[in-house]
Amino acid sequence: MSMAASTESQVQATAANPSTHAPPPRRPRRWPWTPYLLSAPGLALFAVLLLVPLVMTFLLSLNSFSFYGGIENVWQIGNYADIIADSYFHEVFLRTFRIAAVVTLLCALFGAPEAYILRRMKSPWRGLCLLIVLGPLLISVVSRTLGWALLFGSTGLVNQGLMGLGLIATPIEFMYTETGVIIALTHVLVPFMVLSVWASLQRLDPQVENAALSLGAGPLTVMRRVVLPQIVPGILSGSIIVFALAASAFATPAIIGGRRLKVAATLAYDEFLNTLNWPLGATVAVLLLIANVVIIVGCNRLVERRYKQVFE
Amino acid sequence: MNRNGPIALIFHVLFLGFLLAPILIVCAVAFTSQGYLSLPTEGLSLRWFRAIGDNPEFIRAFKDSLLLGAVSSTLAILVAVPAALAIARHQFFGREAIQALFLSPLMVPHIVLGIAFLRFFTMIGLGGTFAGLVLSHVIIILPFALRLILAASTGMDRAVENAAASLGASSWTCFRRVTLPLILPGVASGWVLAFINSFDEVTMTVFIASPETTTLPVRLFLYIQDNIDPLVAAVSAVLIFLTVAAMLVLDRVYGLERLLVGKGRD
Repeated sequence: MSMAASTESQVQATAANPSTHAPPPRRPRRWPWTPYLLSAPGLALFAVLLLVPLVMTFLLSLNSFSFYGGIENVWQIGNYADIIADSYFHEVFLRTFRIAAVVTLLCALFGAPEAYILRRMKSPWRGLCLLIVLGPLLISVVSRTLGWALLFGSTGLVNQGLMGLGLIATPIEFMYTETGVIIALTHVLVPFMVLSVWASLQRLDPQVENAALSLGAGPLTVMRRVVLPQIVPGILSGSIIVFALAASAFATPAIIGGRRLKVAATLAYDEFLNTLNWPLGATVAVLLLIANVVIIVGCNRLVERRYKQVFE
Repeated sequence: MNRNGPIALIFHVLFLGFLLAPILIVCAVAFTSQGYLSLPTEGLSLRWFRAIGDNPEFIRAFKDSLLLGAVSSTLAILVAVPAALAIARHQFFGREAIQALFLSPLMVPHIVLGIAFLRFFTMIGLGGTFAGLVLSHVIIILPFALRLILAASTGMDRAVENAAASLGASSWTCFRRVTLPLILPGVASGWVLAFINSFDEVTMTVFIASPETTTLPVRLFLYIQDNIDPLVAAVSAVLIFLTVAAMLVLDRVYGLERLLVGKGRD
């Protein structure tokens, strides 16, 4: 997403719009295989370049590895057993999910109010501010993380500022700590939350708020009883996106966390490119993929079901 | 009471400050006149921007990134347009499954794709080649292109096509003269979004790039892992300036919100 797109991979679509496209109008076809012909190039491409490599990664995770013999073509689940048994891997996976959970919470806490404030702004301010909020999605995640590395480490501006304000007495260590990774990841991912809540706010009629006010509800009651229930689906689908992206984030934890503070993605990277234990790296990757898919699909189901109950 | 109170505005200013701080600091540090990392306190200097010229590997990586983005987005569009037309206007067995497959790269962490492609390309002899980079990028950017083209072709009025067909146009003429012009805004924005995603990708590319063929974000990432100096800040600053310029053009022409949210602005 990168957005855009940023960049650390986007799950935006799947989570934000559970069912985007209504079935097309029915129309008798002369050629029942036209749609298959039309999607054939894509299907061939995806079969060869997505399914085959992913299956191969799974098979690789079953191989064994020794420092002298390299990768051995045996089929066993020793790598999975190693990871389940070793407390070092527990720590890395636990840290990954802890960071992702805190980042998701922070994004919801700051992103949702910001989206609401943005909606109540008048143009041209609204357009300008929206540009500032969404713009970072298009800027390379490496450049943005470099900015945090500069703020935390080399220039120490954050600590100078906090001490200048009298908020802290001694400098806080941000580089190579979870705090630093959490702050930088929140910065990278919060635009996704704003986007998601913004999309759900588009369906909210401002007149409903006015109606509640004219009936004597206080601003807090309006917020709690009228606005919040309508944007909860947006916050939830935003949370799914942010959590999934935070749990599999790579560039930001690699730069801010360094090699001292490993998360699942940087662990897999090190096993592949430094230790050269490809089977173990592939095992970490397979576990990360399974966790990601289970969380995205599972939570989407839950959100959709809940959403239905509210509106049917 | 559809106005923001003072607390809301203070929150808003702090939020924007949080978003802008790291981007501004990169630009500020890039203008230092010192030989080390510092904020420009004693005069601004362009020495680190000039220093980029002495490091041709950054310039080469930038060119490679542009070429990779252009080629892979174009390929993704060529695959996505027929697929989107099939999904948007035909009711057929396996339609949902095919759509889910085309969108599935959004759900796979890029680190996993990087590992998968590294293994696969090494095996079939495409390791470290430009062709390998293009093919892998097509896979990850296709969902973005597909979604926008799908939205354009679902909202299209079919009556115009039927009129063309009834007047004797062949299916190819019909596509070229009627359908394509109508979905062109979706196709163009799909290309742009695909290009941006390809250009910014780093996690997957770091696995499959080689020292000879690499992209600018990967080059920057590997450099930062070793040391952080004003040179990387200058390269990042140039990247930020270019992105902001592109963003302003994009916002003028198409609307950033429409591109990212997939809806028109009000």
